[in-house]
Amino acid sequence: MKAHNDTYLPSGSISKWIDERLPIMRLMHGQFVDFPTPRNLNYMWTFGGILMFCLVTQIVTGIVLAMHYVPHADMAFDSVQRIKRDVNYGWLIQSIHAVGASMFFIAVYLHIFRGLYYGSYKAPREVLWILGVLIFLAMMATGFLGYTLPWGQMSFWGVTVITNLFSSLDEIVPGLGSSIVTWLWGGYSVTGTTLNRFFSLHFLLPFVIFGLVALHVWALHVSGQNNPTGVEMKVKSDGVPMSPFAVMKDLFALVIFVIMFAWFVFFVPDYLGHADNYIPANPLVTPAHIVPEWYFLPFYAILRAIPSKLGGVIAMFSAIIVLVFIPWLDTSRVRSTKYRPLYRWFFWLFAFTCIALGYLGAMPAEGSYVFWARVFTFY
Amino acid sequence: MIKISSLVAVTAYTLILTTGAFAAGSHIEIPRNEWSFSGISGQYDKAQLQRGFQIYREACSSCHSLNRIAFRNLAQKGGPEFPEEELKVLASEYEVDALPNEDGEVKKRSAVLSDRFPPLYANEKEARSIHNGALPPDLSVIAKARGTAYVGPWYWHPFAMFADIFNGYQEGGSDYIAALLTGYDEPPETMEISEGMNYNKYYPGHQIAMANPFAGGNNQVEYQSAMIPSTVKQYAKDVAAFLSWASDPTLNQRKQTGWQVLVYLLITGVLLYIAKRRIWASVKH
Repeated sequence: MKAHNDTYLPSGSISKWIDERLPIMRLMHGQFVDFPTPRNLNYMWTFGGILMFCLVTQIVTGIVLAMHYVPHADMAFDSVQRIKRDVNYGWLIQSIHAVGASMFFIAVYLHIFRGLYYGSYKAPREVLWILGVLIFLAMMATGFLGYTLPWGQMSFWGVTVITNLFSSLDEIVPGLGSSIVTWLWGGYSVTGTTLNRFFSLHFLLPFVIFGLVALHVWALHVSGQNNPTGVEMKVKSDGVPMSPFAVMKDLFALVIFVIMFAWFVFFVPDYLGHADNYIPANPLVTPAHIVPEWYFLPFYAILRAIPSKLGGVIAMFSAIIVLVFIPWLDTSRVRSTKYRPLYRWFFWLFAFTCIALGYLGAMPAEGSYVFWARVFTFY
Repeated sequence: MIKISSLVAVTAYTLILTTGAFAAGSHIEIPRNEWSFSGISGQYDKAQLQRGFQIYREACSSCHSLNRIAFRNLAQKGGPEFPEEELKVLASEYEVDALPNEDGEVKKRSAVLSDRFPPLYANEKEARSIHNGALPPDLSVIAKARGTAYVGPWYWHPFAMFADIFNGYQEGGSDYIAALLTGYDEPPETMEISEGMNYNKYYPGHQIAMANPFAGGNNQVEYQSAMIPSTVKQYAKDVAAFLSWASDPTLNQRKQTGWQVLVYLLITGVLLYIAKRRIWASVKH
C-alpha cells in the first residue's frame, strides 16, 4: 500500500522546516488521512478504533488511580474506598477503570470474532494476526493482575487459584511448578508482597500492549485492510481515503459504544463485578464460589471441565495458543466466511460454544469443540 | 442500522450469559423492594437515611462498626444531611486516640467532624471472644458486599439479567439486608439450631450468629415523625437504605451526571451520524 499518493502539503514555514528534518507529520498524514480504506467495510471494522480508545482510557484513568492507590495488604482495600469516597471524582475514575476493563474485553472479543469470520488472519496478514493474539494475551494478564489490586476476597482467592495452576507442572518436572509459584508469590503464600509486585506489573503491561498495538497497526498498514468479501482491493477506486470517510464512521460507532460504556459506569457500575470483592481479603475464609471476571469464564470453564489439573491447565492455555496457528490450520483459499457455507456453521457453533462455556462452565465435551471448530475449517 | 442493533443485542446477550455464572450459588429468593434510590434515576430520601442512622445507632452500633464513614460524611450532600451542629455534638460523644503527647503517651480525645467512626474492637480476636466466636462485620460497605441470587429457570436468566442492566438494578445488597432483618422466625421442626445460633429465613444455611436486633418487635424504636409506621419492616428498610448510602455515598451525583453524559452523547451521536451520511453520500458503497 505504498503506492498511494502523498497529499501532505505543509502550510507554514515552521511545519516546512520540521518536515525537512523529521517528516513525522507527513508519516501521520500518509497513514491516517490518505490511507486507503476499502469502501465496503461494515461496522464490524470499527472495533480497532474503539479498542484504541479503550486502551487510552484505561491508561489515563489508571495513572490517576495509581496516584491514590496503596499496594499494601493492609491498606489496599481501604485506599480504593478512599478513592471512591474522598478523592474528587474518584468514584467516576475508579468506575470508568473497572467497567473499562470489561468494555475493553467486549470490544476485543468482537474484534477477534470479526477476524475469524472474515478470514483476516490469512496470508498476507499472519503476522498482523499473531501480534493480535499477543495483545490479547497481554490484555488477559493485565486484566488478571488488575483484578487483584482492590484486594477483596475475590481478588485474593482468584490469585491463589490461578497462580497455583503453575504448581501442576510438578507432574512433569517435580519441584518445577512449586518453585515457579513461590517465585510468583514472592513467598510461600499469597501476601502483600504478591500484591505489590502485581501492582508494578499491572502498571507496566499496558505500555507493553501499547507497543504491540503500534506494531499491530504498522502491520495492518503494510498489508492493508481486509474487507467483508475477502477479495483484495485491486484498483484505487475500491478504496476511499481514511479521513474523513472511515474516521467519521469510526467516530459514530465509538459514540454508540461509549453510550453503552456510560450506562454501565453511571447506572450499574457494580454489575460486572462480584459482591464478594467488597469484603476485604481474608486468607482464612474461602468464598463459597471462586469465579474470575466474566471475560475469563470460558477459559475457566475449560480448566474446570478437565478432571486432571495438569490436563486442564494445558487445555486452557492451548485454547489460547491455538489462535496463533490458525493461519496455517485453516488451509482454505477462500477468505470470507460469506463464501464458505460449511465453515459458517462451525463459526457460529464455535461462537455459541464460547458463550455456553462461559455460562455453564462445566461440560467436559464442549472444550473439544474449540479445537474441532478450527480443525473442520478445511472442508 | 439493522446490523448495529443486532450487534448490540448479540453483545448484550453474550455479556449477560457469561456473567450468568456469577449468580450460581445460594438459591434463597430475596424479595425485591421499591427503594427511593432504585433504578437509573432514583435518589436517596434524606429523611429515610436519617431514620436509618437512628436505627443503626440504636440497634446495630453496639456490635457493628462503621469505620470508613467520617462524621462529616453525615452532613454531605446526597446523604442524610444532618446539620453540622448536631454532628459536632454527636462526634463529641465518641472517643478516639489523640496524637502522642510530649511524654509519648497516647491519650483519648473526643472526636471531631473529620474523624471516622472509631473501631469497636481492638482486633478480630477480641471481637470474636466477645461474640461467642462470631465476627460482626464492619458495615461501611456491607450493602455492596451482599447481593441477591437469581432464582428461576436457566433459560430465563439472560433475560432477567438484561432487564436488570436495563433497569439499573443495583439494590441487591439493600434487598438482602432488609430481608435478613425481617427474616427471623421460629425454625421449622425438622431443623436443629446449634447453641447460640438463630434461625433466619434468608440467611444462607439459615443459621445466623447475630441475634434478632428487633427482638422488641414493633415500637422498639421511637421515630420522631408520627407519619412513619414504627414497625420492624420499616426499621429494616430504613437501616438498609442508610447502609446503602454508606456503601455508595456518591449515588445521587453519579446518576445525575450519568444523565447529563448520556444526553450529551446522544446528541453527539446524532450529529456524527448526519455528518457521516453527508460525507458518504458521494461514494458508492
